[in-house]
Amino acid sequence: MSTSQTEPNKGELFEFLCRMGDNTLVLGHRVSEWCGHAPVLEEDIALANTALDLIGQTTLWLDLAGKVEDAGRDADRLAFHRDVWDFRNLLLVEQPNGDFGQTIMRQFLFDAWHLSQLTALMESSDAQIAAIAEKSSKEATYHLERATDTVIGLGDGTDESHRRMQNALDLLWPYVGEMFVADAVDEAMVAAGIAPDPASLRPAYDTLVNDVFTAATLTKPQDDFGHRGGKSGKRHSEHLGHMLTQMQWLQRAYPDATW
Amino acid sequence: MSSTTHEWPLFEIFIRGQHGLSHRHVGSLHAADAEMAIKNARDVYTRRNEGVSIWVVEATQIAASSPEEKGPLYEPANDKVYRHPTFFDIPDEVGAM
Repeated sequence: MSTSQTEPNKGELFEFLCRMGDNTLVLGHRVSEWCGHAPVLEEDIALANTALDLIGQTTLWLDLAGKVEDAGRDADRLAFHRDVWDFRNLLLVEQPNGDFGQTIMRQFLFDAWHLSQLTALMESSDAQIAAIAEKSSKEATYHLERATDTVIGLGDGTDESHRRMQNALDLLWPYVGEMFVADAVDEAMVAAGIAPDPASLRPAYDTLVNDVFTAATLTKPQDDFGHRGGKSGKRHSEHLGHMLTQMQWLQRAYPDATW
Repeated sequence: MSSTTHEWPLFEIFIRGQHGLSHRHVGSLHAADAEMAIKNARDVYTRRNEGVSIWVVEATQIAASSPEEKGPLYEPANDKVYRHPTFFDIPDEVGAM
């Protein structure tokens, strides 16, 4: 990352940290919805572990966001007292679980981006961000390995599992583009040497997913249209609001409850 | 997983808790192949920092002794006390063995 650095303003840095933390928060909650419902015991526990990893990373990102903002909000406050328009996660991670194949495809598409983002963030000019990225990258490496194996296993599996994985890929591919489109916040992070240019991660991402889809006998959709509006918060899908009513119900019903 | 006639095989899981200790049988789980069994074992049996090494072996690959043969297999050793090293005086300086 660049060595000539321009300090980002507090608002931009807060925004960037919310994006990192909201991705792991929303995906972590989604994955936790499988707890007790996964097709086999082994997958149930593996998904719960993944969810817990992601929620743990969320605590680190959102606590740091709260410190940067300096308005007295900690990770819990940010997670449970913001409404849908204040969330900055990618549209991909708020998409519903669907069947098991759809959940695994969503996980794979996210993990492939997440690991390369974290790897780049380990070189961040901000020492705290680099430290969170380093800790998270070990978990993300395992998540990606597991998701990759499962995508290949199910894609190149039975007729039914192949069909479900192809449907999942067709459904979710339009949410991939958003991960690589830069806006003013990203540009400020690049200028400060804090985070990589999102577009710079695309070639390695494409190589990885193409290899996996080939091994999984899946066909990537030709159309590269990408929905946007999640990380800017301008246009979340209808699903996020519904998810938050579940995730935040306790704090909504009993504000500031503690235990 | 659409058909129960294609159940994943059972794997027995062995985990080594620390360097220097031997692998210990901790339980079993289902997986499509050995690699997946290692990943599943990581998730099912090492969540609380239990292990530094995992072995998996398909349950059907384990040959086991038969309980009915326990007479001929083990009883002959019962009355051979001289096989136990209990007749030596151990000097106090040696400490716990």
